Amino acid sequence: MHELPITESLLKIALQHAEKANARRITDLHIVMGELATMVDDSIQFYWEIIAKDTIAEKAILHFRRVPAELQCMTCFEKYHPTDKELVCPNCHSVGAKIIKGEEFSLDAIDVE
Amino acid sequence: MTQRVSIVENILNANDRLAEENRTRIQSAGVFSINIMASPGAGKTSLIEQTLSRLNGKLRVATIDGDIATSIDADRAAAAGAQAAIQINTGGDCHLDAVMLHGALEQLDLTLFDLLIVENVGNLVCPASFKLGTHKSVLVASVPEGDDKPYKYPGMYRGVDALVINKIDLLPYVTFRMDYFERGVQVLNPGVSTFPLSCRTGEGLDAWVDWLTDNAK
Ligand SMILES: Nc1nc2c(ncn2[C@@H]2O[C@H](COP(=O)(O)OP(=O)(O)OP(=O)(O)O)[C@@H](O)[C@H]2O)c(=O)[nH]1
Ligand SMILES: [Mg+2]
Ligand SMILES: [Zn+2]
Repeated sequence: MHELPITESLLKIALQHAEKANARRITDLHIVMGELATMVDDSIQFYWEIIAKDTIAEKAILHFRRVPAELQCMTCFEKYHPTDKELVCPNCHSVGAKIIKGEEFSLDAIDVE
Repeated sequence: MTQRVSIVENILNANDRLAEENRTRIQSAGVFSINIMASPGAGKTSLIEQTLSRLNGKLRVATIDGDIATSIDADRAAAAGAQAAIQINTGGDCHLDAVMLHGALEQLDLTLFDLLIVENVGNLVCPASFKLGTHKSVLVASVPEGDDKPYKYPGMYRGVDALVINKIDLLPYVTFRMDYFERGVQVLNPGVSTFPLSCRTGEGLDAWVDWLTDNAK
């Protein structure tokens, strides 16, 4: 349910950068979302259509690029993808891992005219 | 003509910046602060009540309770001995954010307290993404929720500084494999301080209160 404030942030950042670039219209937003980020892209899309109305981003298309999660075992340094049932290292079965990828949630770029 | 503008900005930046401001404000008043998160009914308010009763006036405590509606939890904290108990009604939002905490801090003279306890909205997903600016985050897990929660909600389990496992008085009645649970916790949050306890029987509460008082010094 926290996608509303997040979508508002997204719009604000996009509008700021569009203004700096003297753009008349924002056509596309390129969003990067890690597998472990707790946002739902459908909800962001839903709120977007409401709050972007009557702005220069009104017709913009949201593109979500998903980044798969990657953990690194702190014992044998194997890099692996966690599964729902097991988070332990598949190589040496030890616990204690660092998250390398999967938490990102950022606006990478916008396309403007 | 279309042109690409490169941005690469974390979308939660605005919240994080305000969280920093909150932190500075709490810190400069000499207050130690925690953000308690848990699923609904895990025992956040019960833990606050038991903590207040054990502190027995040793620390001056302010609480801030986040809920979608009602002031039940703030009333409970006040009745249990909090010197100030502020309720934030989020009006539908499923978590507190730095803006809401900022507003609540406006209502407090922080110099009057040693410890600030923030009770987040009952939810195991969203509060993890929104920093508030408190010194430590604490997760209250509870035995009846089941032992698979670290696996299902890694975002919450990996980000906290302390983990309370509440309702251990119910262990004889519920299937809860402590080793399986703890393994899930240790993978993503190795070495996190863990406090198995019961707000009903009082077992294990001393260790938790010691941790809190040591940090608040
Ligand atoms: N058996 C048992 N029950 C407990 C324990 N701690 C809390 N409870 C009960 O669990 C229920 C929920 O406790 P609360 O403290 O209100 O939980 P909460 O996390 O603050 O709930 P919300 O704020 O509504 O999300 C109450 O009925 C408590 O009496 C415990 O250690 N053992
Ligand atoms: Mg409560
Ligand atoms: Zn390994």
